[in-house]
Amino acid sequence: MKTIKHHLTDDLLIAYAAGALPEAFSLVVATHVSLCDSCRASLAAHEAVGGALLDDADRAEISDDLLARTFASVDRPVPTPVSLPIRKPGKAPTVLQNYIGGDLDAIRWKNLGGGVRQSILKTGDGASARLLFIPAGKAVPDHGHRGTELTLVLQGAFADSVDRFGRGDVEIASEDLNHTPVAELGEDCICLAATDAPLRFNALIPRLLQPLFRI
Amino acid sequence: MMQLVTPPRFVDNLAPKAKAAVVQLSLHFKGRSMSSPDPADLTSRMLAVRDARSRADFAALFDHFAPRLKGWLMRGGLNGAQSEDCVQETMVTLWHKSAQFDPARAGVSTWVFTIARNKKIDMLRKLRRPEPDDLPWMTQDGDMADDAADTLAVEQESEALKAALSELPKAQRELVEKAYFGELSHSEIATATGLPLGTIKSRIRLGLERLRHVMMSMPR
Repeated sequence: MKTIKHHLTDDLLIAYAAGALPEAFSLVVATHVSLCDSCRASLAAHEAVGGALLDDADRAEISDDLLARTFASVDRPVPTPVSLPIRKPGKAPTVLQNYIGGDLDAIRWKNLGGGVRQSILKTGDGASARLLFIPAGKAVPDHGHRGTELTLVLQGAFADSVDRFGRGDVEIASEDLNHTPVAELGEDCICLAATDAPLRFNALIPRLLQPLFRI
Repeated sequence: MMQLVTPPRFVDNLAPKAKAAVVQLSLHFKGRSMSSPDPADLTSRMLAVRDARSRADFAALFDHFAPRLKGWLMRGGLNGAQSEDCVQETMVTLWHKSAQFDPARAGVSTWVFTIARNKKIDMLRKLRRPEPDDLPWMTQDGDMADDAADTLAVEQESEALKAALSELPKAQRELVEKAYFGELSHSEIATATGLPLGTIKSRIRLGLERLRHVMMSMPR
């Protein structure tokens, strides 16, 4: 596997370790960490800080019977957890496959025009996640952002004014980035993208279509 | 078990402002003065829970973590009853999932932090929290020869982290707590926390590479 060049930032890893990210962003983080040892190590380091802070946290008084209640609960049989189908990591790590319902070939696409396709994933409030399919050599319409947009490459590669992004790379775009990602020739590009605000397209037509397609 | 904090019972009958003041005061006196626990002691108790299902050691871990977890959870917006439910669920999970505890990967406090964090998200937001895939060896039993050395390294790092935390200027320390306790959004977290995480990151990174190497050379 080629080396991953574009990683998650510490602020995202800390927020993920703290449980403060919206689900769509957590999905991008978990998917990237599944592919990237370096960010896996960083995440573990941040969790160690959480542990050290917990050891040092202010203590609140505990009800007298809480230990007894806990022991009683420990002794009750464990309910069998609802088990997800067992999946093997393919092109998509299993954490993402659980949202797709299978690997990348199981994605149910909707056409956006120009060969570009998307599939919206069901996540909780605060941000939205979707998969994007950009045919080799094609571009995603020029767009800016109101919030933060995370784009993780799962297959192929794209390039924009910032750099080239290949499998496993994540691009973190904020308000000031206006870009036109173009998929590399050779292989169609599939990305997982999450944003905490609707994208803003610079051309009129995509802007009119935006409410229809929820992009 | 020492209990320092207790806002006295009469507090419940006070006007909200007065109540807040008393709680504030009691928070002020409860302190960080009690000696910090020895990570090696927590590890050996946790191993006794994992390997011998020791209820006495479980109770000792409960005494250590429950008040801290509750303090942390109440800070994060849960009320007293919710916090205690969450503490209870966290400790029950610690008991049932103890087989997953690996002292060469993470210290007890770190492990408990991650369990409690997940329970808290579940309770507050009813959200799914997607988790990274485990690496293939993480679910295997075969232990590595260097486990003891790794366990020691993990313990030493948590000591070093605590020392580093105690040296942070007050304002910075507060920001770090807010960031790691989930009180800030990712865009509010300043990237530089001032914590020296390089050693931990490189140890874990090396460990992952070593294990991957071993896995690759094993017949499937």
